[in-house]
Amino acid sequence: MSENIFITEAEIAGDAEGPLAGKTVAVKDNISTDGVRTTCGSRMLEEYVPPYDATVVSRLKDAGATIVGKANMDEFGMGTTTETSYFGATDNPAAPGHVPGGSSGGSAAAVAAGEADLALGSDTGGSVRCPAAFCGVVGIKPTYGLVSRYGLVAYANSLEQIGPFAPTVEEAAELLDVIAGSDERDATTRTEGDDSNYAAAADGDVDGLSIGVPTELLEGADEGVVETFWDAIARLEDQGATTHEVSLPSVEHAVEAYYVIAMSEASSNLARFDGVRYGHSGGYDGNWNEAFGRAREEGFGDEVKRRILLGTYALSAGYHDKYYKKAQDARAWVKQDFDEALSEADVLASPTMPVPPFELGESLDDPLQMYLADANTVPVNLADLPAISVPAGEADGLPVGLQLVGPAFGEERLIRAGSALA
Amino acid sequence: MSDDAVNPEEVRHVAALARIDLEDAEVDRFTDQFADILEYFETLDSVPEVERDVELANVMRPDEEHDCLDSEDALRNAPESEDGYFKGPNVS
Repeated sequence: MSENIFITEAEIAGDAEGPLAGKTVAVKDNISTDGVRTTCGSRMLEEYVPPYDATVVSRLKDAGATIVGKANMDEFGMGTTTETSYFGATDNPAAPGHVPGGSSGGSAAAVAAGEADLALGSDTGGSVRCPAAFCGVVGIKPTYGLVSRYGLVAYANSLEQIGPFAPTVEEAAELLDVIAGSDERDATTRTEGDDSNYAAAADGDVDGLSIGVPTELLEGADEGVVETFWDAIARLEDQGATTHEVSLPSVEHAVEAYYVIAMSEASSNLARFDGVRYGHSGGYDGNWNEAFGRAREEGFGDEVKRRILLGTYALSAGYHDKYYKKAQDARAWVKQDFDEALSEADVLASPTMPVPPFELGESLDDPLQMYLADANTVPVNLADLPAISVPAGEADGLPVGLQLVGPAFGEERLIRAGSALA
Repeated sequence: MSDDAVNPEEVRHVAALARIDLEDAEVDRFTDQFADILEYFETLDSVPEVERDVELANVMRPDEEHDCLDSEDALRNAPESEDGYFKGPNVS
């Protein structure tokens, strides 16, 4: 395996029977697996072995799935290419020499390469949908609160959800059925997914479906990507869907609002890594501040340091109102915009990523440029909504994804619409 | 470049608050990058004040005893422990 898909290969057998019996699943390496190391793609947790399973892992086992490995990822989920991993970059099986997208790049690559039937990732600002698009597979970002985050190592907890990858929408929906539903260990979970049958919705019926296309999410996108997007929309129209333009003026501010909120939450969530209870230790010479500073200098990579420092800055005295409070205003505005647009359309459609997969090594030097590539995915996390990325076709031989966004807990609608394409 | 562009001292100050040691070269690199990124974040200035829905409610449960992680498991990942406790660096 030359793609560097797994950080740790494993074989965690599930029950003999269940809806996923006989299926193999790759699990992103920020989802805790009892007795199997969970690194978050970081030197900080290179040797960390969780003493318990994440709720989604327990549910996979109960459903009969076999977990075949812990998939590579951007360090702590911070990246759009899987290149910030301490364990090296992952190659894109669908477009060799290119990144698989991130941060759940290993999970998407595992499915694209046939190393696993299905995979789990986590999506804080597009980390399931981006790699799904870049690797030519299906990925779902569930409504906030549909899937338990217990055992998911937190990056930005108000934004992130665990979501499935699969070759087809129906298989992704089967996996979503297994992981969705309330969990007493995650007080943000809701009951909407408790008796779900998302897989049954994958009937490809888009007759009469009203699709809104936000003009702002096409502006500035790569020409080949836009062309492939409209071809896919035409295929939906051929099957009875109608399209009209909608406007989301707030999304102009979504990227900066997303990064301010995500970095602020990260600066708090990652404060726990001090090398005392777990993780890379800074040793015990000098006082605790010196030991913690050393542990965190050695344990964290560049992108993680960048986000912790910027988050600390955004929350620090004198800057809180200027950055964090304004970002929360922008978040509320984005929510309102989506509510309005979805009152005039059943789903909203856009390219998942405005660009085709980058070449390996192409985008690491300019963090701001990398953040801007998330323009179409981050608004969905700010609005707590569900979205699906389905393969739309190729542009210049590289995979292009189509993103559909629906109302809160409207997963069935997205699965029905998406299954008309894949 | 905005009025309050970041300088190296500020980067060092924030790094100290976040308990992350930085090499001089890292400070210089971050100073440049933060100037670009924070300038971009400043476009949030033009976001209007928005009425926010307050629809969140606390989820409560009865305060009953549950099984929890036993201390041996909890200590297993600690680089050092002593008599069933985590052992950390000096507090001063």
